[in-house]
Amino acid sequence: MRELYSQLKQLFPLGELTEQRQDLAFVTVPQEHLRSLLLHLRDREGFTHLVLLTAVDWLEDNIFQLTYLLTNREQQRTLGLRVMLPRDAATMQSIHDIWPTAATYQRELREMFGIAFPDSPRVDEEFILEGWIDIPPYRRDFDTLKYAEENYSQRPGRVTHDPAEHMKQKLYPGGT
Amino acid sequence: MKEELQKRVIKGPDGVEFEVEPLRDYYCEAPPTVMPGAYIQIVEDLFNWARAESIWILGFGTGCGAIEMRPLMTPRFDAYRYGVQWRPTPRQANLLMISGYLSTKTLKRAIRSYEQMQSPKYVVGLGSCTINGGMYWDSYNTIKRLDDYLPVDLYIAGCMPRPEALLAGFQDMKKLIRAGKGEGANRYAENFDWYKANQKRVIHDWDMPDYSW
Amino acid sequence: MTDHAPLFTPDRSQYPAHKADGTLDIDLASGKYLKLWQGPNHPGITGNMSVELTVCGDEVVEGKVHVGYLHRGFEKLMERRTYIQCFPIVCRICVPEPDFNEYCYAAAVEELAGIKSPERSDWIRTLILEMGRINSYMMYLGGQAGSLGLGVIAQWTTYVRDLMLDRFEELTGARIYHMFILPGGVRDGLPEGFEKRMEETLREMESTMQDVYEVMFCNAVFKKRTVGVGYIDPALLDSYGVTGPNARAAGVAKDVRKDHPYLVYPELDFEPVIGHDSDIYTRADVRRRDVLVSIDLVRQILAKMPRSGPLMASVPNVLHWKIPRGETYVRGECSRGEYGYYLVADGSGYPRRVNVRGPSYTHAMTLLERLIVNISISDVASLMVSLHTYPPEIER
Repeated sequence: MRELYSQLKQLFPLGELTEQRQDLAFVTVPQEHLRSLLLHLRDREGFTHLVLLTAVDWLEDNIFQLTYLLTNREQQRTLGLRVMLPRDAATMQSIHDIWPTAATYQRELREMFGIAFPDSPRVDEEFILEGWIDIPPYRRDFDTLKYAEENYSQRPGRVTHDPAEHMKQKLYPGGT
Repeated sequence: MKEELQKRVIKGPDGVEFEVEPLRDYYCEAPPTVMPGAYIQIVEDLFNWARAESIWILGFGTGCGAIEMRPLMTPRFDAYRYGVQWRPTPRQANLLMISGYLSTKTLKRAIRSYEQMQSPKYVVGLGSCTINGGMYWDSYNTIKRLDDYLPVDLYIAGCMPRPEALLAGFQDMKKLIRAGKGEGANRYAENFDWYKANQKRVIHDWDMPDYSW
Repeated sequence: MTDHAPLFTPDRSQYPAHKADGTLDIDLASGKYLKLWQGPNHPGITGNMSVELTVCGDEVVEGKVHVGYLHRGFEKLMERRTYIQCFPIVCRICVPEPDFNEYCYAAAVEELAGIKSPERSDWIRTLILEMGRINSYMMYLGGQAGSLGLGVIAQWTTYVRDLMLDRFEELTGARIYHMFILPGGVRDGLPEGFEKRMEETLREMESTMQDVYEVMFCNAVFKKRTVGVGYIDPALLDSYGVTGPNARAAGVAKDVRKDHPYLVYPELDFEPVIGHDSDIYTRADVRRRDVLVSIDLVRQILAKMPRSGPLMASVPNVLHWKIPRGETYVRGECSRGEYGYYLVADGSGYPRRVNVRGPSYTHAMTLLERLIVNISISDVASLMVSLHTYPPEIER
């Protein structure tokens, strides 16, 4: 992985390499270089399998992290590319022409995180949700419990315990 | 509104042009009505006996519970010996099994399937997620109590209920029907406005007619 | 099969043209096309999903897959549950084969928390995963035969699947959702006499598989309906993210058990099953032979596994379990392909983000939409089943 990283480093401005396992590493890529890096990895380095494309919401830092996970089956290694996007009006270029299956991932991200992928096929159609009226649900500032309580009638009698407090009460009744 | 629901002019293969307005032409315009019992109690009892012994289930697996229906159709558990069988279309079914959590998207389809069934018809909620939300009590996409949206006759608790529990549930359902308590369709017709209001509160893009049988 | 002229040649000059943006120019008002919804309550659908077909005559010109009927928002729910509270809900993501969720989640958490599961628990995990794989294939074989009207196969396979569920019940106490593989190890060891009863079940299963072979795979109707239908070009495998038996039927030995060995698979002796014709028949055949491989693997595991030793690694107090910041991806080969969990921890007691990579995600969406074009309506069901998709892992 180190070897591949130093080769790539000469061609692209990359961030630090995080080696999670022997066969798995993550690296940060600037947004504008992602496409050429993906093409390079797919055509030159044998990373032909797009495992997944997903996003992580870092609300505190006001950024979205997009993760593109690629696998090279012959050399049995997996590389994750992280792209940091500003959270406001997040837009990313589509990669559906490199991997057609990415179109599905981009539809999901558009719906669940509100990240725009211009030119991706059918990206603005409803994918999972239907008639959604709130902010995209996978964003950190969306409170699913509050939404559920406001929108769905609950059957009375359901109690929720804090697990730590509840176990303490149960194991040491009256204790501190 | 979806493209296929819009009013349009269609030219048939024989060259005749005609106008189609799907929401008006394809659906019924009247709300359901209460179906009175037979004129004499003994006849109604006979009807109920017949209904109880032929529970035909709509094969609509709305959630995880559907996987335990498969063993019931095979010789090991064999629900057919109780007169229970699965039908592929709502028109032939009289029991709608809500097999688990209902997302709002499926709720819409479940309502239409229910309304297309012939009276008298029954609803069984399967699994704790239909009773009070179960595991998905804080989910933004599933309903928490089924009886607000459809007239439920019986709940079978469990996550998920075993085939034996389902068989016991069928037996209880039979007892209810024979006792003349399977009046879900009439309750639905009586409180139609209340049910519709509840349904519309959670289905935000209501692009179907109110009556679809 | 002999070469013969097709009985009916569709008049494709009537078919819609492509517009500049690549979509089809379908004019519903022309009366030439019919929009047909298959599902969600259609018996020929693999679970609660639907396909919006546009047909010309009886041939499909466009198919759009609609999913989301089973969306519960797991990835959101897990963000507000502690690591141990996530454990009972992950198995609900995929109903017919829930154990992979438990394994991938447990392995991802262990990796980020720096825990090593004991060796004996790894053997039991492998045993459970292989048993789950057999169950899932049994569901598939019944569905594949049922989609072409051979109802009796489903009766047999559901029965032997039930026998396997009994073994699951002995081992874990539950039929469908086992909740057995938890972060740190497994809940319990094998019960007494388990090997003997398992051997009986496996024998029963083998004899059923022989029957299935004779009745289903040697059946002229089944061959006629499936040979040469639903061909996946091997060149498409990577660009469409095809994994598992669907890829192996196209001649590529993609198998996570061999490519990225996990658990105790390096110590077991097996070869990935490969087919070459990449049509519905080959995919069914690959899965049938894979069942036999799994049966053999279960025997090997029971023969080789250690009988004593710890079952749980020492895990911190789960009520106050905080996992340091990091991200990882853990994968396994489930009956449908590569199953993976992408887990991001941010140092708190709750996962920051969990993403489930189900194999159906790519198979049932882009791949199916491509394969469904130009096949007859009556083949849609068997094509869908042959990709072996389970909708809940698409939308979670």
